[in-house]
Amino acid sequence: MLGRLALAELTLFVREKAGPVLAVWMPMMLLVVFGNIPFYNRPRQNLGGSTLLDLYVPILAAFVLATVSFNVVPQVLAGYREKGVLRRLRTTPVGPARVLAAQLLVNLATAAVSVIALLVVARLAFGVWMPRRLGGYVLALVLAALALTAIGLFVAAASPNGRIASAVGATLFYVMMFFAGLFLPIAAMPALLRHVCRATPLGAAVQALTDATEGHGPHPLQLVTLACYAVVFGVAAVRLFRWE
Amino acid sequence: MPAVIEVRHLHKSYGATVAVDDVSFTVEQGEIFGILGPNGAGKTTTVECVVGLRDPDRGEIRVLGLDPRRDRAEVTQRLGVQLQDGQLPDRMKVGEALRLYGSFYRKPADPEVLMDVLGLAGRRGTPYAKLSGGQKQRLSIALALIGSPEVAVLDELTTGLDPQARRDTWDLIQDIRSRGVTILLVTHFMEEAERLCDRVAVIDRGRVVAVDSPTALTERVQDGQRIRFRPSVPFEDALLTGLPEVTGLTRQGDLVVVTGTGNTLHAITSVLARNDIVAEHLRVDRPSLEDAFVALTGDRAATATGAAGAAVGANQPTSRRSTPCHPPPRPGPYHRPSPADPCWDGSRSPN
Repeated sequence: MLGRLALAELTLFVREKAGPVLAVWMPMMLLVVFGNIPFYNRPRQNLGGSTLLDLYVPILAAFVLATVSFNVVPQVLAGYREKGVLRRLRTTPVGPARVLAAQLLVNLATAAVSVIALLVVARLAFGVWMPRRLGGYVLALVLAALALTAIGLFVAAASPNGRIASAVGATLFYVMMFFAGLFLPIAAMPALLRHVCRATPLGAAVQALTDATEGHGPHPLQLVTLACYAVVFGVAAVRLFRWE
Repeated sequence: MPAVIEVRHLHKSYGATVAVDDVSFTVEQGEIFGILGPNGAGKTTTVECVVGLRDPDRGEIRVLGLDPRRDRAEVTQRLGVQLQDGQLPDRMKVGEALRLYGSFYRKPADPEVLMDVLGLAGRRGTPYAKLSGGQKQRLSIALALIGSPEVAVLDELTTGLDPQARRDTWDLIQDIRSRGVTILLVTHFMEEAERLCDRVAVIDRGRVVAVDSPTALTERVQDGQRIRFRPSVPFEDALLTGLPEVTGLTRQGDLVVVTGTGNTLHAITSVLARNDIVAEHLRVDRPSLEDAFVALTGDRAATATGAAGAAVGANQPTSRRSTPCHPPPRPGPYHRPSPADPCWDGSRSPN
């Protein structure tokens, strides 16, 4: 039942085109653009010998999760609610948990495809190292997906309509991406801001992914941070979930 | 056999507005039970409580012996619902929707068979947004039946369908019933209730005003007939009103309208023949469910439904004797007597 629902949602996500463009093509384009700028490809002493591009790949992986969670999930769910799609589903044995879980699975599947593509292209075209701690990397990615999807579902549940859900989602996306270091790498931030960043879901995700890429296990603090966001917003989203 | 649906003293308010005041009815195994009422009478709220979409303030509801709120999982498995405004995502295709919804149930029906029966087989690959109103409606019915339900609740089934599609849908509903599915049908179309329902609950202002078969309801309100004709020569009213069968006579322009009981037709044609009066354009109307409905729900109903031209004299009392007549309605073979027409005596209420 859940598998079918997730598959149906994934099919719709792909057909909708905006989702795949945002979550797959956009980060890939950013990678290719950054990768071709020599400035990003110089090993730097102050980054422990890494290039800026090395730092950007985990940020792009987080970008994939964030864009689905904040730019797709809230609109889709709020739209379903407005159009009576949820009302229709409510008369079936599906239940809210599966409806929400299907969105999470769509996010995970998209992330899997997009992140693997990013890592492969980064490795082959630009010589960026694959994550050295693959287990830690996957764990961080899944926890991040849970946390971000939960926040996206919370936005969908709390917004009175689709337009507000979109606006809130888009705003969150840019704020979160700042804390993830998209505009300025976390490592280059002042110490205080670095701590603030690591307390945000996307900052924690990027830190954990970066650690796993560099070969340290992700720091438990970041994993716990992500898990807390997942639980708090997940519970709130289920509580606040409205069929109509 | 235990009742399939049991509603006892249902009450539901939204703030200060009482949507359902006190509604009770019982739906038996295998019947098509209609809920008939003007818009705003509380039909949809009643049904939403029955299918578990709303929590009643008071009263008790049992569906297949289960509580539609507490036994949610079991009730949704065995109850198929077609809602007035439930939709699907625009890009979901017909075949996909049926397979998806089928996966929710323990014993799903075959989507291919349903698509065939509902005339959707040629539309299997069409996205929901590209379907016509009738096709969406049929898909909605298919989704209500995909779980092989024991009970189907269908709300405003044929609203927005063209007459042909409406008739096809009625045939389909009868077909579904013949397979043993109990059906609760919400409608404000008299013809639909008359054609399909074994029994009808008439709801008005949040209360059940009558529960009976359409025929019995009609008879209860009005056991008479109305005869209209244009006399070839003028005659005095007394010529006919003196007959024991005749209960009333009015004139609409040069049309004479006689109401009566028993064999009124024979009585008046005999008298007219003896007086060498030819009754031109003679038409005999029997009262319909609509007459019963309007009589049961009062004048407000005629305004609220707007159905079948009943709105014409909505604010007029229905008693024929006390009101001046409108110009005659457009005569036509399909005209039905309507108590909204002040010339038609539909005023004898059962209570």
